[in-house]
This record gives sequence, C-alpha cells and structure tokens, in this order.
Amino acid sequence: MADRSDATIRRPVVLFWQVAVGVAVLTLWQLLVSWKILDAFFVSRPSDIAQRIAQWMTTGTLWGHLASTLEESLLGLVVGAALGIALGFWFGRSPLLASVFDPYIKMLNAIPRVVLAPLFLLWFGLGIWSKVALAVTLVFFVMFFSTYQGVRDADRVLIDNVRMLGASERQLVRHVLIPSALTWIFSSLQTSLGFAMVGAVVGEYLGSTRGLGYVISQAEGTFDTTGVFAGMTVLGVVVVVVSAGVTRLEKWLLRWKA
Amino acid sequence: MIAIELDRVSRDFTTPDGRSYRALDEVSLSVEEGSFVAIVGPSGCGKSTLLNMAAGLLTPSSGVVRINGEPLSGINHRATYMFQQDALLPWKTVRENVALGLILRGVAKADALRRADAWLSRVDLSAFGSHYPSQLSGGMRKRVVMAQNWIIDRGILLMDEPFSALDVHTRQRMEIELLGLWEGSGRKTVVFVTHDLEEAIALADEVVVLSAGPATHIVARHQVTLDRPRALMELRTAPAFIDLYGAIWAVLREEVIKSQQAVGHGRS
Repeated sequence: MADRSDATIRRPVVLFWQVAVGVAVLTLWQLLVSWKILDAFFVSRPSDIAQRIAQWMTTGTLWGHLASTLEESLLGLVVGAALGIALGFWFGRSPLLASVFDPYIKMLNAIPRVVLAPLFLLWFGLGIWSKVALAVTLVFFVMFFSTYQGVRDADRVLIDNVRMLGASERQLVRHVLIPSALTWIFSSLQTSLGFAMVGAVVGEYLGSTRGLGYVISQAEGTFDTTGVFAGMTVLGVVVVVVSAGVTRLEKWLLRWKA
Repeated sequence: MIAIELDRVSRDFTTPDGRSYRALDEVSLSVEEGSFVAIVGPSGCGKSTLLNMAAGLLTPSSGVVRINGEPLSGINHRATYMFQQDALLPWKTVRENVALGLILRGVAKADALRRADAWLSRVDLSAFGSHYPSQLSGGMRKRVVMAQNWIIDRGILLMDEPFSALDVHTRQRMEIELLGLWEGSGRKTVVFVTHDLEEAIALADEVVVLSAGPATHIVARHQVTLDRPRALMELRTAPAFIDLYGAIWAVLREEVIKSQQAVGHGRS
C-alpha cells in the first residue's frame, strides 16, 4: 500500500524533472552552438533539427519512411517471436535437445548482426525482407531464451497440482506451461520491440531506398548533421511512444500479478 | 474396504554426489475407506515421499501401492492432493481455479463456473470469485484450494502439511473448516501428513508415527477414540486428549531426538 501511494505522489514530480532534463540539455546544446563553443557543422543545433522535422512532416516525406520502418519492425517482431517461442517451448520440454543444441545457439547468438546485414541483402534483396530478417535474428534470441526459461522454470507444485486435478499432457501445457512462459515472454516484449527496430533501422542504413535508416544514411552521405540528428530524434520519439503502449499492454496481460 | 494400501513400499533417491539414499524402507500401511489417518514424524523422515507415492507422483523403488485393491500406475485419479505450498494458478481468478478440475474433465465452462460459485459460497468466499490468488490472504487461499479439491469429489484426500504456513489462529480455523467439510460430505478417506502432533490427534481417527530417516519405517499406530464431531477449540485441554498426546509423544519424542542427532552428526 505504501508503495502505491508513493508512486502516485511521485508521478507529477517525475514528469516535471523528465521535461526539465530534456529542456536543460537542449538549451545547453543550443547555447553552446550559438556561443561558437561547439560547431554547428558537427553537432547541428536543436532549432535546426526541430525545423527539419517540421519540414518533413509538412511535406509528408517522413510518413512513408516511418511507415516502412514500423512495418519492418513489426514483421520482424512477429516472425522472430513466433520462431523464438516455438523453439523455446520445444527445447524447454526436451532437455536432450536443449543440451545438444546449446553450443550452437550460443554461437549463433554471438554473431554481430551488422555482419549479417550484407548477407541478408544478398539473399533477400533491397526490399523490406532483408530488414525483417535482420530484426528476426535479434528478436528470435530474446524470445527463445525467455520462453525456454519460462517453460523450465514452471513451478513444480503447480504442475503436480494440475496433474492431480486430472490434467492430460496437453491440458498441462495449456493451463500451466504456456501461461508460465507467457509471463517471461511479456516481460521481454519491451526489449524485443527495441531490438526489432534496431534490426530494421540497421538494415535500412546498410542498403535500402526507404525508411528512417535510409534517411539517416542519406544525410550522413552529404555531411548533413541536422538530417542525421532529425532522423535519430524521430526514431527515439517513436520508440518512447510505442514502448509506452507496450507497457500498458504488459500491465493488462500480467494484471494477475500482485 | 481398504482405500489405500502400501505393501512393503520402499523408495530410494540418488543424492547429488551420486550415492543412493533410502528414504522409506518397506513401509506397509492400509487405510480404511472413510477414515481420517494422520501421519506424523520428525522433519525429513519421508512423510511427503510416502504421500507422493500414494498420489502416484512418485513410483516406489520396490513394493506396490494399491488403491481400492488395484495396483496404482501413474497419477492416482481417485485422489486429490493438497500441497504445503501455494498451488493455485496465479494467472487464473479464484473461481477459474476452483472450476479447474471440472474444466479439465470436460465440463462446459459456464456450468463449471456456476458450480465453482456454489463451492465458493460454502467456503465463505463468494465475494472473491473474480480476485486473483495474489490478492487473497494465506488462509483464504487455503480455502480456495479446499474448494478446488472438493469440487471434483474424489474419494481420497491427500494432504501434505497443508496448514503449516499459516498462523496459529488461521490454522485452527482451517482445521475446523476441514473437519466440517469432511463430516458434511460423506467422509472421504483422508491421509493427512503433519509434523504437529496436536493437529494430528485433533483431526484424525488414527495417528501413524514414522521413524527418523533414513530408511524410515512405521514405529507406532494409535487409534484416536475421541468422539465426533469434535469441538476443536476446547479439545486440546480435554483429559482424553492430553493422555493420548502423552502416549504418542513418548514414541515420537525418541524419533525426533534421533533425527536431531543425525543432523548434528552430519554437520560435525
């Protein structure tokens, strides 16, 4: 009870300081550039960046790029999650399989994804699928490990109790193992979503004709630091908005937790 | 009729360092249908192991478990099991938890939930049907578990120190509630494991005393001839109760001392 009331008291205070920190950093940045302590060529300035974003929004160029980045991220999330959950479940139920493949999984997970990007471009072309594939390689492992953990960690007593109540193997999976794994899966949704966007943007950055990654890479090609920062800002804001949505979804899905 | 029969049942475990450990050694025990048997013994003596074998959650290393005369293989579907730990599914509401056994059996959900509501009112939890277990107190959760077990109406109730985590008063209330349900529902066969001799005498028709481990065996069986229904609040000060307690404790005491000495030796 004490915790809950603390949280309600703190919320406006936190919000105030969150805004204050942002304003302070932007103001300092703006001032340092106008005082010529920092060179606008290298770091641009907040007012230019804001103008650029406004310009993208009014001319409408932003929406197409944003839509394709979001589309790739979402596809990557769905496909990566589906594969990761399925395999995590399977391995979680079969200790032999898990031990046999353990070193291979670890090896694959250790590969830096940037190294894979050119290969995916070669295999899946310049369109969205090479980006989706890159997002999948990131999301897959997060989901795989959480699901595996969730299945292995399912409470022994819950399993025994449900078996005593008459559950078949299939009912055991449905009523205990899946919900138990879901709590782990939901808790990693936030991370997975971030990874999906990283995958998509890195993919676009390394070779594409659309998306926020493409916008940033184009700007970098012409030493347009304002464009680079504007691209990063849009990306950052999108992640914050989407993850706020995920947090609410997570809270609802895990509402049974104390 | 004999509801549960353990016929020279032994159980070995492999310790982490690879040695074999005999938890139970040739235990034979028969429990009459409709009787309430309490099993007491020092901690770590294999009380839960014995119960788990009657439940079919563990298979004996040797010997046979018979339920209503038939050898048991796999889960014992004539019994319910009340665990020491929390066994309610935390992601299901209270009424969904109570209805679970019926739903697993294929009863239509609406019907199962309606019957769950009836059981919830029997354990005084009507107002909490749509709560989640984490929102209830320990005693309330135990009552939900009782409803969950009773609703599927099996003939045998296995209970493994179900109330040991509760405070003294809540515990007494649960004992009263348990006896009330038991006496009011055609006297199922109960095997109740506890380390608390008072609880054992207060509830049961017969108290079985197990020896200290390893190689646990039965050292004594005492009939509890106290009248039913029992007034649990007053029972513990009644002379008959105190006599019985003294007699059984004389046996149990030896085993508790042995088990403490064994632990002491293990540590030194």
